[in-house]
Amino acid sequence: MESKILRVGMADAKVTKSPGILTTIGLGSCVGIVLYDPIAKVAGLVHIMLPYSNKISDNSNKLKFADTGIEILIEEMLKEGANPKRLISKLAGGAQMFSSKINSDIMNIGERNVIATKEVLKKLGIPIVAEDTGGNYGRTIEFYSEDGRLLVKTIGHGVKYI
Amino acid sequence: MRNVDINRLNEIYLDVLKELGNIGAGNAITALSTMIGKKVDMKVPTVKILELVEVPDIFGSPDTVIVGIYFGLDGDVKGNILFTLDLDSASSLIWNLMGIEAKEEFDELEKSALEEIGNIMAGSYVASLSTLTSLNMKISPPALSIDMAGAILSVPAIQYGEFSDKILFIETQFVEGERLIRGDFFLIPDINSFDLILKALGVEVNGEQNS
Repeated sequence: MESKILRVGMADAKVTKSPGILTTIGLGSCVGIVLYDPIAKVAGLVHIMLPYSNKISDNSNKLKFADTGIEILIEEMLKEGANPKRLISKLAGGAQMFSSKINSDIMNIGERNVIATKEVLKKLGIPIVAEDTGGNYGRTIEFYSEDGRLLVKTIGHGVKYI
Repeated sequence: MRNVDINRLNEIYLDVLKELGNIGAGNAITALSTMIGKKVDMKVPTVKILELVEVPDIFGSPDTVIVGIYFGLDGDVKGNILFTLDLDSASSLIWNLMGIEAKEEFDELEKSALEEIGNIMAGSYVASLSTLTSLNMKISPPALSIDMAGAILSVPAIQYGEFSDKILFIETQFVEGERLIRGDFFLIPDINSFDLILKALGVEVNGEQNS
């Protein structure tokens, strides 16, 4: 079977089965959260922009937030045969794209996104097996559901698998 | 305290930002023309409203490398301004300002020239808005990033994302000599400041349909 590449946009999520590939291009302060059941080889990727849905007045798009985004992604993965007890996660993104001379609360949104993501995953008991977060540069990621590798590409900061 | 219904506000919000953006961008380009000492022909700025999911594609692919120059906005009105350029446009500006052809990777001098151009344009953008609204606004020093479009544009997308599923920006195109320069302005007042701008412009926002 040919590997199908599914592209995940901003505030978007997709689920695939082996040998499908999930990608999100140009992650900045957003966080790309991969959830994976290594036995069923079901993978999901959500591209979140903000930490918690209850702190925002307009929260109609649930995939914008770490808490509700992860929740929905898990539901979709269960439909494809993933077992919630077997889920592991990999994270990338959460950069600070511009220097911190400017309004710190907004500038730290990348870091706040990563912290919220970790809190949510911890509460759900999903271990984080790899991450490439922070820094001041963008990332493009590709997740291979066949073997669980996550490729992280950058401009001038290298290419690696985590 | 804050009793503005965000969803209902969306239409008024976008209209007002559109008007402010037009005026601001016009002034910014006049300032640029003065700076490089050449006549610059500006095309009518176009206001674009996109769904958040479409934002990373503004420059084609989200991994297209672009230049972003970012400013904090402080005073009565708080928020941010982002000015983005594609690499060709950035090279054209450097050529106009410094008389040198930029190489594929910008050096420190060229980067600070870009920051300075952004500084002058954003400064006059904000000055015109300040005059219009009689509100005090000042910009922070510029911060520059040259990276994937998706990553740079995630910054304004997130800020808009706090109160809307849409983003608004002003695309300006100007021609200097034979070179076309395209730049996009993102003006992002925070939600409380937006209230203030509306009041300053005499727009009634607390209507009868409060639910």
